[in-house]
Amino acid sequence: MIPELGHFALALACVLALAQGAVPLLGAQRRDPRLIALGPPLAAGQLVAVAAAFAALLWSFAVNDTTVLGVVQNSHSAKPLLYKLTGTWGNHEGSMVLWVLILALCGGAVAGFGRDLPGALQARVLAVLGLVGVGFLLFILATSNPFARVWPPPADGQGLNPVLQDPGLALHPPLLYLGYVGYAVTFAFAVAALIEGRVDAAWGRWVRPWALAAWAFLTLGIALGSWWAYYELGWGGYWFWDPVENASLLPWLAGTALLHSAIVVEKREALKVWTVLLALLAFALSLLGTFLVRSGVLNSVHAFASDPTRGVFILALLALYVGGAFALFAWRAPAMAPTGVFAPLSREGALVLNNLFLCSICAVVLVGTLYPMFADLVLGVKISVGPPFFNAATLPLAAPLILAMPLGALLPWKRARLWPVLQRLWWAALAAAAALLLALALAGERVWPALGFAAAVWLVAGAAADLADRIALFRRPAAAWARARGLPRAAWGGALAHAGLGVTCAGIAGMGLATDALVALKPGESARLAGYEWRLEGVRDAAGPNWTARRATVTVARDGAAVAVLEPERRFFPVGRETTTEAAIHTNGLRDLYVVLGEERDGAAVLRLHHNPLAPWIWLGAAVMALGGGLSLSDRRVRVAAPAPKGAPAPA
Amino acid sequence: MTTIRPRRAAILPALLLAPLLFPAAAPAAVGDPRERLADPAQEARARAIGRELRCLVCQNQSIEDSNADLARDLRLIVRERIAQGATDAEVVRYLHERYGDFVLLRPPVTAATALLWAAPALALAGGATAILLALRRRRVAPDAVVEEAAAPLTEAERARLAAIEAAAAERDRRPS
Repeated sequence: MIPELGHFALALACVLALAQGAVPLLGAQRRDPRLIALGPPLAAGQLVAVAAAFAALLWSFAVNDTTVLGVVQNSHSAKPLLYKLTGTWGNHEGSMVLWVLILALCGGAVAGFGRDLPGALQARVLAVLGLVGVGFLLFILATSNPFARVWPPPADGQGLNPVLQDPGLALHPPLLYLGYVGYAVTFAFAVAALIEGRVDAAWGRWVRPWALAAWAFLTLGIALGSWWAYYELGWGGYWFWDPVENASLLPWLAGTALLHSAIVVEKREALKVWTVLLALLAFALSLLGTFLVRSGVLNSVHAFASDPTRGVFILALLALYVGGAFALFAWRAPAMAPTGVFAPLSREGALVLNNLFLCSICAVVLVGTLYPMFADLVLGVKISVGPPFFNAATLPLAAPLILAMPLGALLPWKRARLWPVLQRLWWAALAAAAALLLALALAGERVWPALGFAAAVWLVAGAAADLADRIALFRRPAAAWARARGLPRAAWGGALAHAGLGVTCAGIAGMGLATDALVALKPGESARLAGYEWRLEGVRDAAGPNWTARRATVTVARDGAAVAVLEPERRFFPVGRETTTEAAIHTNGLRDLYVVLGEERDGAAVLRLHHNPLAPWIWLGAAVMALGGGLSLSDRRVRVAAPAPKGAPAPA
Repeated sequence: MTTIRPRRAAILPALLLAPLLFPAAAPAAVGDPRERLADPAQEARARAIGRELRCLVCQNQSIEDSNADLARDLRLIVRERIAQGATDAEVVRYLHERYGDFVLLRPPVTAATALLWAAPALALAGGATAILLALRRRRVAPDAVVEEAAAPLTEAERARLAAIEAAAAERDRRPS
């Protein structure tokens, strides 16, 4: 009964979304306040309906209702409740319901917190969100019904993929979706602006909090996924340039560009057309990511061709939304006169440069991700595009961007001179050079990690120089504290986000110095790696709620003093008959000791040992970046001008 | 205890089940110490080469990262060649000749991949050109503003101007 109610709620949501997509739009065109006023209640209604459907699905998983196909395929009664619940979105159908739920939440937030928006603009934004919702609800209802029944019901479910049974993964999709779907709101604002034919500073102020919130969530989502890959997949790596990863990186790159160009619209009313285009692009890339992952086209074009229903549906949605938006852009954008004159060397100019490089990186990642498919289908050649290509192709574009970041943040608006900025940054440059030489001296002729450390110091010191300059720390130290308190939070947030990237750079550079060893040890034997003594104490059996395991105990010592006891596992999941490796990690913030247990043979256990310097800094930096975004979001000016931002952070 | 499902079968459900997730969710190859070369320098070379070679039956994994049988065979071939004294380029060429471009994670520059390798330069050049064009248009734009300003006054503007002039004349007449 409950699944049927959920199914019905989805259908109801679809109808409400259709009404939300049509009525306010009509109202805004006809300037009919009654129709315009229907937007917020319709958005609220759609939110309630989707939430009801999602709750019904959660319930089906929680009670392990084996008459529901999705539960049978993805759940099992022996799973802990937490993973039963997170299993709701650990599959295709459920994850699409989560997608739509977050979209409806965004719509509800625009309706609820956007009362200060001009009525027509709010109506158009809600209408566009409604239209996006219709497409995805239709997709779910037509091709991916999460409430499909099976009869007679099997005795129990088939279990969730054990690799996905992890707390990190409980949060990863919701965070990622908050980012993806947050760009649906900036997309809706952009389309609304195109329909109205007007973009001004006020529009920039309304869009920026959404761009910030979406960006912060996407940053966290990507970082969480990368962290999960690091500790769960057991490769000891953190980024593999996998198409699925690239699919989330693309909107992040476009969204980062959007975040910066929206500042120019808000402060200077320049780059308006470009910002609208970026808002369209960020969501287009979010949709493309959804298509790439959901259609199975990445797995193989042939798998896609054998069951194309879902893929073709998403492709049609992609073509409709993106094509429609770009057609609208081509039609209306020329009417928006460029304003806000600035010299090439200015804050605006620096932000244009930022956009140029970010978009170039985005284009390269996009081309690299799609090229194997293109080569196979069009040229009839099978090629692989892997990490060596992406590293070689994106680094030359990322390096100038990092070099310019501290400079750009210190340039004044409209017209600038380079010399005063360089004067404020000389000590940051000196620190970066010192870091380079120090790293070369300590790590020995390892050029890339050394450059990474230099970049890290340059970014962090540059952000510090930016703040020091704003609070006049060196010019008038006495007043610095008062000025620091008066400094807008957006300034702190920006500097923090830039410094966060520096921290991530340091982590990546540290991982460039990582070492590992593959050893077969008998209990009592030990191996040496990176100055540590790794000793296998023994291997024994262990059991969990729905798995059994072999668990090794490895003690790590340095100069005779015990540092850590690590217990890596090989888990066996009888339901689904799968084996996973659970890496054991000990961190002290500066380095990770990382052990993976392999097969056992002749009384010896195979162990892969890793020493990963600064590894946690990769994700720490991302968290700092997201924190900077959040700090900017809490800026009084942002809150007062645009009451919308509270909406996005809703239930993470 | 250690029955691992065939590699591809393990990857496929992971991909289908994972929401917009991270890499082809498949547990890592832990490896086998017996495969490794005794000489650390040679082993380091073998691994550097291995990271450039694709496990042909896997989803975007290098032969160093995969525990598929084929990946193991390729790892052994790489090490065998290195032990026989082949240079890095010779080892890669040997596998490239047998398995084609598909085995190289760094695609070779050919007519088919020219566009791919040109992408960074094309993106940067295209973007820079677009910016220069926009700057040029903007430099033209102020003239348009001037022209607009020079246009004859409308009836309403003329009336307003007359009113302002009249008020100014009134002020001037009044004794200060």
